[in-house]
Amino acid sequence: MTPNDKTNIILTGVPASPGVAIGKVFLFEDDELVLIEKTIPKNKIKDEITRLNQAIVKTKAELQENQVELNKMLGKSYAKIADAHVLILNDPMLNKDAVALINEGNSAEFAIYKVTEKITKAFDLIDDEYFRERKHDIVDVAKKLMRHLQGKQKKTLADLDSESIVVSKNLTPSDTVSMREVMVRGFATDTGGKTSHTALVAQSLEIPAVVGLKNITSQVSHGMSIIVDGNQGIVILNPSKETQENYKREHDIQAATQKNLEKLKDLPATTIDGKEVVLGANIENPEEVRSVLKHGANGIGLYRSEFMYLTRKTLPTEEEHFSNYSKVAKMMMPYEVIIRTIDLGGDKISKLGLMNIGQEANPFMGLRAIRLCLKYPDLFKTQLKGILRASVNGNVKIMYPMISQIEEIRQANDILNQAKIELRKEGKKFDENIQIGAMIEVPSVAVVADIIAKEVDFMSIGTNDLIQYTMAVDRVNEDVAFLYDPLHPAILRLLKTIIDAGHNAGKSVGMCGEMAGSPEFSIALLGLGLDEFSMSAIQIPKIKNVIRSVSMKDAKNLANELLKCSDRAAISGVIKKFKYR
Amino acid sequence: MTEKKLRVINKLGLHARPASMVVQSAMKFQSTITIVKDEYTVDAKSIMGLMMLAAANGTELLFRADGIDENEAISKMEEIFNNGFGEEI
Repeated sequence: MTPNDKTNIILTGVPASPGVAIGKVFLFEDDELVLIEKTIPKNKIKDEITRLNQAIVKTKAELQENQVELNKMLGKSYAKIADAHVLILNDPMLNKDAVALINEGNSAEFAIYKVTEKITKAFDLIDDEYFRERKHDIVDVAKKLMRHLQGKQKKTLADLDSESIVVSKNLTPSDTVSMREVMVRGFATDTGGKTSHTALVAQSLEIPAVVGLKNITSQVSHGMSIIVDGNQGIVILNPSKETQENYKREHDIQAATQKNLEKLKDLPATTIDGKEVVLGANIENPEEVRSVLKHGANGIGLYRSEFMYLTRKTLPTEEEHFSNYSKVAKMMMPYEVIIRTIDLGGDKISKLGLMNIGQEANPFMGLRAIRLCLKYPDLFKTQLKGILRASVNGNVKIMYPMISQIEEIRQANDILNQAKIELRKEGKKFDENIQIGAMIEVPSVAVVADIIAKEVDFMSIGTNDLIQYTMAVDRVNEDVAFLYDPLHPAILRLLKTIIDAGHNAGKSVGMCGEMAGSPEFSIALLGLGLDEFSMSAIQIPKIKNVIRSVSMKDAKNLANELLKCSDRAAISGVIKKFKYR
Repeated sequence: MTEKKLRVINKLGLHARPASMVVQSAMKFQSTITIVKDEYTVDAKSIMGLMMLAAANGTELLFRADGIDENEAISKMEEIFNNGFGEEI
């Protein structure tokens, strides 16, 4: 019996976007190295070598095009990496051996496959991990070459239909950009965590998704029946009739609950004793604003501007920044729009494949976000000018990400001032008093939030990174993910420190991390005094429901009780007691 | 034939970027240039060969050039090695 005959095969992954979806597998594959055995008659050998050389030329052109883009985006040192790829393609080890194999009567595809196999085997024997891992670069180049040999176009997600559940190893921003307009029922991927690009896109499109399934791509075939359960983080392959019916019922129940929550849309997020908070949305691009307003948000607490950089081939111009941000600002008036300056680097860059060669041993603690911007001030200034100009079209604020010391805010403000001076000279209008905020996501500034609060107009807590950095835990790593605990005493104290520091300086404190959109934490955060919650738009009705059901007095009591806890058991006890109060 | 022992002095070793630099420089010469490390001999014009040497900081490599421009080739290699490939040492 093959696996395809079995019903109800359950795979467990990470729940990335809630909801359930029933549909058919759309297997979205990367380029692949396939072994094609074909004998070439003697009189065709020359043609076969020509075919290989033509494929090499096309691959080289593709690599060089990538190189130009990298150069524009990140500067010469990154583009050097693409140099290495071109050299791999022209390497005598690859070329001479492949030609020798073709001369023996093998196809070009067979020759490339065999040569790559031989080289990767040799790399596997290297002790040093860095050099051993370079085999992936060679395989990447070989895969591109193979694609050109077979004359295949790079696949896109444009062929999807409304029944499709996209199954792939991983989805990059360039993959998903072609998908925005298309109906997809769900996502299931081999890799990724709760904050991976796939998860963010799925949440913004309100499509159920399960990520981190490890090897789902090797277990499914195109068109297979599949259920994605984004609530539990499981995927069911070949579901039985009964399972399908159960899930259909579950789907209907959820749709009904959703309808009830939607009724809250035009009601304020006010506690029963009258304290009102701002519920904002996190977005990646202007198309999401409609959904944001539909869910009753009164602000954009986080506009992730890096999406602009990731879905295109050239660096965005000041005009493009301006028009993009203006669109959002106009649609959101009179509500605020907090634009986070680019948070490129780390995972987002590696997803583009730029970090494959690993210039940085530890990109999460490396050159990213504000650090990258201060190193490349022109790149930063172009964006700042675009934001400044958009400020005449709405209620726009600027937020700097990954601040780890006060000097970074001052340096960023210096560049902002230069941008203002240039705009004045150019006669372009902007809001002279535009508000500046710091994202608090590095423990160093959380601890000294009182110092930061004096320097900025507002602060917004990025809990995803704050918790990871504080707990020293990568929550995508399943062996340690349990340590990622938003209610850990250290996290609660940090949150209190930040919020109190903000309020003492008369500044508002928001939160744009995932914690802000999780109903189980809402009351504690309310009790700690959080002024603004920003989350994925679909979560807003749920959070509003929680806030409207509690009094500020009870919320404060809960927060105080939680702050006294020293371990997980005590925390669970307090929460349980509160629930049944 | 000209020979010269050269040491990898940059912190990160002969990783992809410096390896590209060596290959690009070697390709400018007509001479055959080989690099010997322990029992391995690789072509200096092959980036994969260079990376397979896994030459970390402090590794000593024997360069051999044979051809009409062998002396220039070796002195060019010496120059980029002694410069630490323009990277942090």
